[in-house]
Amino acid sequence: MNLKISALEYVQEVQNGNISAEDFVSATLDRIKSVDDKLHAFLSVNDAAINQAKEIDKKIKLGDKVGICFGMPISIKDNICIKNNATTCASKMLENFVAPYDATVISKLKQEDAIFIGKANMDEFAMGLTTEFSAYGPSKNPWNTEYIPGGSSGGSAVSVSAFECVASLGSDTGGSVRNPASFCGSVGYKPTYGLISRFGLISYANSIEQIGPLTRTVKDTAFLLNLITGLDPNDSTTVDNHNEDYLSGIETGIEGKKIGIIKEMMADGTDPAVMSATKDAISKLESLGATCEEVFLDMVKYSVAAYYTITATEAGSNLARYDNLRYGYDFPVEGYEFNSYIEKARKKFGPEVTRRIILGGFVPSAGQAGKYFLKALKVKNKLTKEIDEAFKKYDLLIAPTVPILPFKIGEKIDDPVALFLVDINTVTANLTGKPAISVPFAVSNGLPIGIQLLANSMNDKILLQAAYALEQTVKLPEVPL
Amino acid sequence: MTKIGLEIHCQLTNLESKLFCSCKANYRGFEINENICPVCMGLPGSLPRLNQEAVKKATMIAIALNCSTPKKIAFFRKNYFYPDLPKNFQITQLNIYGDTSIGGTGSVVVGDKEIRITRIQLEEDPGRLIYEGSSSKNQITLVDYNRAGTPLVEIVTEPDFEGPKQVREFLNILSDLLENLGVSDPSLEGAMRADANVSIEGGKKVEIKNIGSFHDLEKAVHFEITRQESWHSREIEIAQETRHWDDKRKITIPSRSKEEALDYRYFLEGDIPWVTIESEIHEKLKSEMPESISSKKKRYVSKYNIPPQVANVLSSNKFYSDLFEKSHSESTAKEIANIITTDLMGLVDTREKRESSKITSKHLKDLAELIQSNKISRNSAKNALYEIVKTGKDLSQVMSELDLGNVSDESELVKIIQEVISEESQAIEQAKSNPQTINFLVGKVMQKTKGKADPKLTFDLLKKEIGV
Repeated sequence: MNLKISALEYVQEVQNGNISAEDFVSATLDRIKSVDDKLHAFLSVNDAAINQAKEIDKKIKLGDKVGICFGMPISIKDNICIKNNATTCASKMLENFVAPYDATVISKLKQEDAIFIGKANMDEFAMGLTTEFSAYGPSKNPWNTEYIPGGSSGGSAVSVSAFECVASLGSDTGGSVRNPASFCGSVGYKPTYGLISRFGLISYANSIEQIGPLTRTVKDTAFLLNLITGLDPNDSTTVDNHNEDYLSGIETGIEGKKIGIIKEMMADGTDPAVMSATKDAISKLESLGATCEEVFLDMVKYSVAAYYTITATEAGSNLARYDNLRYGYDFPVEGYEFNSYIEKARKKFGPEVTRRIILGGFVPSAGQAGKYFLKALKVKNKLTKEIDEAFKKYDLLIAPTVPILPFKIGEKIDDPVALFLVDINTVTANLTGKPAISVPFAVSNGLPIGIQLLANSMNDKILLQAAYALEQTVKLPEVPL
Repeated sequence: MTKIGLEIHCQLTNLESKLFCSCKANYRGFEINENICPVCMGLPGSLPRLNQEAVKKATMIAIALNCSTPKKIAFFRKNYFYPDLPKNFQITQLNIYGDTSIGGTGSVVVGDKEIRITRIQLEEDPGRLIYEGSSSKNQITLVDYNRAGTPLVEIVTEPDFEGPKQVREFLNILSDLLENLGVSDPSLEGAMRADANVSIEGGKKVEIKNIGSFHDLEKAVHFEITRQESWHSREIEIAQETRHWDDKRKITIPSRSKEEALDYRYFLEGDIPWVTIESEIHEKLKSEMPESISSKKKRYVSKYNIPPQVANVLSSNKFYSDLFEKSHSESTAKEIANIITTDLMGLVDTREKRESSKITSKHLKDLAELIQSNKISRNSAKNALYEIVKTGKDLSQVMSELDLGNVSDESELVKIIQEVISEESQAIEQAKSNPQTINFLVGKVMQKTKGKADPKLTFDLLKKEIGV
């Protein structure tokens, strides 16, 4: 069984009767069994997957109506709720939490007969960019298992690039889909804010984060977007995309498109291999008929500081509910006075989450808000104005997804500030609500490099067309695993 | 000078659902923790869905209290840890980053004083804590989340009240207003709660929290003024503090926690987009609002010539004014107003009695018409009313069962009159010279008919029989 096929190829193969859902799912489970000890992409694997695949095969055989996913095995980041499944956010705090409902994206994919093959590892509560902050141990980069896979949707990226599933859903608060996609050599997508319902996504920084697909190809991303985007009454921040078909016209090309090269995202600290890959991508886009020139986004230099201030504030509030009174882990309430109980009950958060909660208690507090939180909001507004201005002139913006290559596990874990700076190229899309994609473009020393494209809000379709065009210019080697 | 300001929390009990989910807004009557869902329990991954009806109703309250209403409203998070708060933050409103609360400054006239409203905000009610155990050592706290997420309107006033009596008058006006708007049933337990701040001349502001009813609010304010005055007279300094209303002992006690020191870290609730209330929507709401109490009162006086004090009583209470509106015609209005305010109010003087009463607008309409056509005396009408309130039977049935119809059959009446004439020969003689005496004779006829004789007919017949 060839597991190295794209989502669209899978659909075609099953439709043509070349493979059955059961055979594919069973082979996928075997693959997980054989490689996941090394990679740790999954926190839990769906025991019922084979039976679900059998049901779908039965429907196909009987000629019943079958959803377009035809039993495609998809991994789901463990901060997205699947009814009756453990949803831990890779935290000890939610060790025993079983979601009583489906996230909107999950119900949409269920309707299309996707199979959720397992819950993917992540940094605890999506805070981190290496997956080292998972309370259940790090995931490893399938290109070189000594290296981090990126994060926080590390498990998602690993599972896609190591053929442990066909596609995955992650979440992107400051690059958490694009960063691991770049480090693992898969496509990672952060849609326009509001394009995909967040209902059922466990909030970290709700005003800027989105669920996003991680796939093998740009077309697969478009295919998934067709299934999971759109207005949702359960998420008031969703926007109406009028059932946009992201696949149709994806091969349109980019002739005549104007692309801005974000100068601040190719600064001095950028790895030479990343720099040259980016330059190569730019010249390839130019050869396809696009015009590229440098653009300056002044506020980018403050974006990481603003990002951490805003996300810490929202995290401090969003994570306040984990007091273990209504769900969580096994810990008896009796015998405590409330405040001392709270202190004890919330001790299960890991170090990175604790850091951000403490920061989140400080930056918006009375007397500090003016210096930190309110100032961060100002940066966010100014940055948005700047990028809106840029999009008056350019159809797309381009930059490396991450300025550096993947690093070794443990290398930077004790240097939170160094880690923060890895976010410099990805947080802008979140702070401004713009769609952004990471396309695997090069491999340096056996480690992948992704190129990031951004477009204006609701121009997701144009963004996918450009990403597809770029993707067609390269052929990357296969994961050596 | 004594200064009192209020913060009133009013549940929108008449709404179908909670502020951010579809659980019932009126949580009463449920088993403990039965009226809950992932959203109002703040389960991981759940998101609030703003109840648009709550926005409308709260806007109506703002309009009714003459408050300014901003074009765009926003919600904020108030962050603090408390077991009754499922998310450990409350979604509420705020005016510190611009006027984004559902209502801005407004005013209410109480007697001859204008009470200024500072703002009105729409927010979610927390759950309810139930304490068990006799002493603080073995006390356990149980939480019932049925109430969590109930739409709550907070009305904040300036410190414009000068005494408990003004506070009570304001609360009466407010209760009537909320009931008239159909947004809330102020009589439901816990539907109206309040905090008050009280200061006397030369003292600091003292906040009183945890006042569970309007009735207790007046008491608490009264207690606090007395306490402060007595301290002041003994030259004890009145410090700025927060006190709690002790519901059992009916006194205020110092708070254990330093609530004023809490930092709520307010910031915008990103899960609820700003709500734009376009001027057309605003105008439409205004037109959909029930007629205000003061407008009703004016109309009753000018259109039907009902005395102002009767119109006042009639318009203030929704139960009575609804009955009046549905039963009256131009010609019966005054009669019906009269029946309601002189007879019916005595029969159903409490909410329980009003709610269990069986009277309908048709009863009142029938009764007024029969009174006006002299088919029933006012006295008998009162007896009929008593029976109707109790049983809800048709007026005609009540009249025949209790034999309440007027004696208006001429021959029957003449018989009785002749009886009176033979018994009262002296008065008959007097009547010939002094027509006033006829009234005395009418009274005699009334006695014999137990008040059921048609008075005008009796008068005319008497004159005819005596020959005056």
